[in-house]
Amino acid sequence: MWDAFVAVFARDVLQAWRRRADWLTSIFFFVIVVSLFPLGVGPEPALLRTMAPGIVWVAALLAAMLSLPRVFGSDYADGTLEQLVLTPHPLTVIVLAKVLAHWLLSGVPLALIAPVLALQFGLEGEPVGVLFVALLLGTPCLSLIGGVGAALTLGVRGGGVLIALLVLPLYIPVLIFGAGAVEATVAGTGAAGHLSLLAAGLLIAIVLAPWAIAAALRVALE
Amino acid sequence: MAFNWFKYSSPQTFYPLAGRLVPFFAVLAAVLGAIGLYIGFFVAPTDFQQGEAYRIIFIHVPAAWMSMFIYLVMAAWAALGLILNTRLSSMMATALAPTGALMTFLALWTGALWGKPMWGTWWAWDARMTSELILLFLYIGFMALQASIDDPRRADKAGAILALVGAVNVPIIYFSVKWWNTLHQGASISVGRSPSMASTMLLGMLVMALAYWMYSIAVTLMRVRSIILERERNTQWVRDLPGAPA
Amino acid sequence: MLEVRDLACQRGEQPLFSGISFDVSAGELLWVEGRNGSGKTSLLRILCGLSPAEAGSIRWRGENIRGAREVLLGDTLFLAHANGLKDDLTVVENLRFDARLAGMNAGADRVDAALRACGLGERRDLAVRYLSQGQRRRAALARLWLAQSRKLWILDEPFAALDAESVDRLAAHLGAHLEAGGLAVLTTHQEVPLPAGRTRRLRLDH
Repeated sequence: MWDAFVAVFARDVLQAWRRRADWLTSIFFFVIVVSLFPLGVGPEPALLRTMAPGIVWVAALLAAMLSLPRVFGSDYADGTLEQLVLTPHPLTVIVLAKVLAHWLLSGVPLALIAPVLALQFGLEGEPVGVLFVALLLGTPCLSLIGGVGAALTLGVRGGGVLIALLVLPLYIPVLIFGAGAVEATVAGTGAAGHLSLLAAGLLIAIVLAPWAIAAALRVALE
Repeated sequence: MAFNWFKYSSPQTFYPLAGRLVPFFAVLAAVLGAIGLYIGFFVAPTDFQQGEAYRIIFIHVPAAWMSMFIYLVMAAWAALGLILNTRLSSMMATALAPTGALMTFLALWTGALWGKPMWGTWWAWDARMTSELILLFLYIGFMALQASIDDPRRADKAGAILALVGAVNVPIIYFSVKWWNTLHQGASISVGRSPSMASTMLLGMLVMALAYWMYSIAVTLMRVRSIILERERNTQWVRDLPGAPA
Repeated sequence: MLEVRDLACQRGEQPLFSGISFDVSAGELLWVEGRNGSGKTSLLRILCGLSPAEAGSIRWRGENIRGAREVLLGDTLFLAHANGLKDDLTVVENLRFDARLAGMNAGADRVDAALRACGLGERRDLAVRYLSQGQRRRAALARLWLAQSRKLWILDEPFAALDAESVDRLAAHLGAHLEAGGLAVLTTHQEVPLPAGRTRRLRLDH
């Protein structure tokens, strides 16, 4: 079982490495969206500083969502998904390996770049660190919840846009606690509450999402 | 229910039963609605703070109740359909979604109409209103997913999984929105009702809630009948129905 | 070993087939025939547990697969119409992944032997993207040389896109599998030299 987990994870990472341009695209999408906001609302430093956590998080949500169709899409198209479902291993384990790979390729880069972008918005010191931690805790939630949407829309008409409709409302708690953590640090009230709620959400997602994803994949392959 | 539940779990036997039940619930909805509106608009006293405009709550509050309740009922039917593989349960879930979305929309709309005279704004990012808006998104997502899948059985199952994920998420979303709201006190307006609500107001609201309930049942049964006809159009019993094209 | 009773299948609202019953015992091959759209692929997908049947039962080693999916999956090798190969990985990477996932502790030499047996020894380090249709099919079929421990082979059009030499090689390999007590269920449109005496036919259209 562990062997299958490692095999699937390693394959997805290798596959992504061969297609690194695809993944870089969604990371640059993140950077561009964040950079658009000052152009839209004006370069007023105080305003930007208040908006920064929300902007970075909304952009992270969109960037994470943009890469979702790739999680199961290519496996579905070339028939490897059938092979994955037909192994004697629990499908939830395989699903978890794929989601972990997605997080490593989409979530972790966002968390690494976000502090640099935060500097552009006049955030410094502790809030930047909290932003990094919050993204590290929140982006796996995005990958897990998003995986459900990706699995449900496999081979469905208008899949890409539909994912947004299904997944974005479910992302709202992550957005609230993630952005809230940074805002609370800026306001000086401490981010511990927000961060522990994010961690709790992550635990719930780790326990429940793989089941939902596995069930959705089975339905998609019927 | 006193009768054998499983006997009616097949679309073929449920179709005529639903047909007999629809007028019953429709009449109940009309009568209760008339009584509730009468109490709401003529019997209930004028609110000393909000004047006459508050009377929209007789439409608004029951709609908000129903919008959340229907989502849970829908998720429960969907779960039943997924676990027991009963087609009728899934059809019920599909039939409930538009009514739930309608209730959500009604709650949002009347909320805006209420908010304008009360607080001078159509929309406030209040915890309840925001949750209601997100609920509308969840309904739309459910309907959009089912509409974009051609195979009805795959649509049923995929919709069921989404409804269940949504049902787990609704409390989390509500809690997070409330939390978010308390942290941004500046932008929020307290939409709490006055604690000393006149008993006639409460009565009117309960009667209206019952009317909404009956309406939802009647409309859902009608919709389920259409879904049954559409999905079973190739079967002999549908072809044998009076009025079916030869 | 494989007992199928009164199987029925629907696609959408359209019934595809019903009342299909057959047995396949050790050393036998079942050739599923039928026109396009008669439900051959659907039947194979039901057999390996991907799709649920509308009605009927499937027993493997005497147990209904509804309750004992893992037993069936541990014994089965399914080759779908799609090759199940990743375009961006090399032939050998693909095969090694399959072996690892299937829990077959295949060393590098066994993977290489399987590839040579399929005539892909020279192309082992080429990304699948650069292979021709026939070569891709052969790469997918190389699993059959790796998975000799799998008793039940379910193959959807395994001979499609293969050249004459590869067809003969695959037929011979199938024969060896049956000889060793294995089972196979397959579909094919071509007249292929299937092992005589061990092959039974099932027509799906009526």
